[in-house]
Amino acid sequence: MQFPSKKPKAVTDLKAELYSQPLQFYGQPPLENISLSEFESFAVDRLKLLKTVENLGVSYVKLSDDYKKKLDNEIKTQNFPHGEQTEKRRKDHISHFILRLAYCQTEDLRRWFIQQEVDLFKYRFKELECSEKLEFLHKNNLQYNTISAEEKNNLREKLATSSYTASGVKVEEQDFYKVPFQDALDLVRTRKVYLEEGYVYIPHNEIVTIVLNDFRTRLSKALALTARSLPAVHSDERLQPLLTHLSHSYLGQDYSVQKNVGKISLEQIDSLAGKSFPLCMRQLHQTLRDQHHLRHGGRMQYGLFLKGIGLSLEQALQFWRMEFIRGKVDADKFDKAYAYSIRHMFGKEGKRADYTPYSCMKVILSNPPSQGDYHGCPFRHSDPELLKQKLQSYKVSPSGVSQILELVKGMHYQLACQKYFELTHNVEDTAFSLSHPNQYFTESQKVLGGGKDVKRETDTLQRPQENSAARGLTREPAGDESQHLAEITKNLETDFQDA
Amino acid sequence: MPSSAYDPACLPDFLPLYYRRLFPFAQYYRWLNYGGVQKNYFQNREFSFTLKDDIYVRYQSFSSQSELEKEMQKMNPYKIDIGAVYSHRPNQHNTVKSGSFQALEKELVFDIDMTDYDDVRSCCSAADICSKCWTLMTIAIRILDRALRRDFGFHHLLWVYSGRRGVHCWVCDEAARKLSAAARSAVAEYLSLIKGGEETVKKVMLTDPIHPFIRESLAVVKHYFPQYALQDQNILGRKESEEKVLALVPEDILSIFNIHMAERNPERRWRHIEVQQTAKKRQYFEKEIMLQYCYPRLDVNVSKGVNHLLKSPFSVHPKTGRISVPIDLTDVDKFDPFAVPTISLICEELDRPKADEDEAKSEDTKGKENEQDSTEKRKIRDYKRTSLAKYVKYFDQFLAGMADSWKGKLLKQSDLQKEF
Repeated sequence: MQFPSKKPKAVTDLKAELYSQPLQFYGQPPLENISLSEFESFAVDRLKLLKTVENLGVSYVKLSDDYKKKLDNEIKTQNFPHGEQTEKRRKDHISHFILRLAYCQTEDLRRWFIQQEVDLFKYRFKELECSEKLEFLHKNNLQYNTISAEEKNNLREKLATSSYTASGVKVEEQDFYKVPFQDALDLVRTRKVYLEEGYVYIPHNEIVTIVLNDFRTRLSKALALTARSLPAVHSDERLQPLLTHLSHSYLGQDYSVQKNVGKISLEQIDSLAGKSFPLCMRQLHQTLRDQHHLRHGGRMQYGLFLKGIGLSLEQALQFWRMEFIRGKVDADKFDKAYAYSIRHMFGKEGKRADYTPYSCMKVILSNPPSQGDYHGCPFRHSDPELLKQKLQSYKVSPSGVSQILELVKGMHYQLACQKYFELTHNVEDTAFSLSHPNQYFTESQKVLGGGKDVKRETDTLQRPQENSAARGLTREPAGDESQHLAEITKNLETDFQDA
Repeated sequence: MPSSAYDPACLPDFLPLYYRRLFPFAQYYRWLNYGGVQKNYFQNREFSFTLKDDIYVRYQSFSSQSELEKEMQKMNPYKIDIGAVYSHRPNQHNTVKSGSFQALEKELVFDIDMTDYDDVRSCCSAADICSKCWTLMTIAIRILDRALRRDFGFHHLLWVYSGRRGVHCWVCDEAARKLSAAARSAVAEYLSLIKGGEETVKKVMLTDPIHPFIRESLAVVKHYFPQYALQDQNILGRKESEEKVLALVPEDILSIFNIHMAERNPERRWRHIEVQQTAKKRQYFEKEIMLQYCYPRLDVNVSKGVNHLLKSPFSVHPKTGRISVPIDLTDVDKFDPFAVPTISLICEELDRPKADEDEAKSEDTKGKENEQDSTEKRKIRDYKRTSLAKYVKYFDQFLAGMADSWKGKLLKQSDLQKEF
């Protein structure tokens, strides 16, 4: 990054200037030394904050009053302590950059990180005072100015008929920004804004969209760059374990390490499909039983899921073979063609990568099904009419069905699946945020298991309400580094398991 | 001015003459060079030619005006298309590492084709046009020109007759040439109001509030609608076409309207629809009908791509023989596509004796001229003798308008170089 001024600035001067702003684009990395313990605690605190952002975003409409109150609470009390502004902002700055290191490595991680950071940024930008917003825009080279009251008056009718002033806020009461049209293409494309002489006149509440897009783009580019310097960072033994665990914590579980291998028998699968499988897997299982065949997309999605719930390779081979033989495939062909791909799934062929079962995001976003396919997410990919029929055939109540369809209409596919869980398991509220089909299975088993499992369930239910500052991270008073790190990572796993 | 009957079979005879003595190379180069502000801008421009027997060649590029002339006179293309300015010379694109050869800039272009209006014009269809439906092009030009200037802030627009059934717009501002594909697509969508194809009956839906852009466009449409739609196209005259109009009116209004079936005068019949419209709040079917019948229909795909090739101004249309001439907007209502000179006409005009003796004298009294100069001058005099003259003159004016911005840019550049 180039410094625009001619004289080199002292680091303290720079810090003072950077931290005079309540919000920043994180354009410049921090340039100071910090202790390893600050490195860890800053990173973990920010990660907790981002997890909260994610959970609140799923449970509440973003930027609604509830959402804002809860997020504000999190920021103030839990993660970013009261104290000097500069201290808070410094922590914000440093923690962001540390997490970049942890979350730049894969597409999934980047996408998650960008999404939460954008949501957090959006919240914080909206909380700024008007003058602070303008200052932010100018300091970050978004040379967007507000138009004068006079100009606003001249354009009043035009502004009123073109801007989407949904809440009925009058033109007089809002600030309007003048932005070159090239920077506001989405608003131009949909004609949601007044355009004159190549400038769009954006009402205050819309300027956030522009800024967010800018933030998102910058962060995306930055992560790509960061990924390239990662080998150098990873060579530092102090940092590598922490960074690895930070990124695993987001996933909580990616179900790549099978915990219950062999605990499920093939005879149980049919009943489990009805009771504990999410709709996508139930559908795939049903199709497999009916047609004695599944295409590649379906085999991958379902096969990896079965691996995740604990099927061993031998069991899997037996399972698929038995079913395919009932269809048009003879034993010989199965052994030659399909067996290979199953062994491949378990990491026994080719490059021996142990493939991880697909998360909900992956199922929803990649490889949409076409004619003759049964994979994908039914809430996303099925025609609503067909989905309705299917739910009815699975004895979901009519009110439940319409609740689910409402969520589907709003594109909240995972929430729809959660609702399906609630209705089929007769629980009021799921204790978890659904992000993985295997998570659905595990949670379902918990609910149906009863006894010891129930206690664990109430434990996880209570957790979000507890002030986790009280739980905190246990620290050894002194002690050597590696034990310290092990302590941290152990706590991280338990902290994030319910995700 | 009546044009000579054009016969496509004569094209091979006329083309060499056209490219040797009439095609305005000097102005053409002046345009595409854009004042030499950006290095290699002309050299990296792609042209494509359609030659005899439909042979199509892409990635043509030229290092100078004289090379362009020589090549065109050698190949005598039936059609010429202009593409983008690339990162390297297009005729060397095979030598460039794959992935490095990129289209960088191009004018923002629009293509309005009369066939896209077939569902709303009754006088002609397909490739045919007549004076009655040409009004649609006039409306399109007025609406788009206003929007591109007033809304988007562009200044240098060149409207060109395509040679048969439509018009093209070349937006030549620097800002326009630098637009990304996403930006071009956004501009095209901003300008689009007609949505839907064969299967869609109602192609225009307006919602509250009506955007200022739509208001302005409606004002233009309203100006032409009575004469064009109610009279010339007579949309309410015959039963079949009237049914099509009424299909766009909401059911509950329809019943009220049908009471006035007896009214013969088309304007009064329309008045009944208007009246119903004002009676109903938040419904805009009267406006929607007018827009569906008159609003410009542009092909977004033509405008989107930075590398999209479009017919060049001053190229010939092989089927009609007409030259793709620039349209003078000060006179847009009077523009008559059937008065546009054909290649056969202007070639014929070349042979007519020179009428203006004074002009010839003043040319001769100019000092010593070398061979090249006199050839140049003869060429200049040549097109001036034909019906092409006024179009080249208009093109000159267009270029003069842009030249000021080039001068400014060049000055700035040299200033920067002087500063150390």
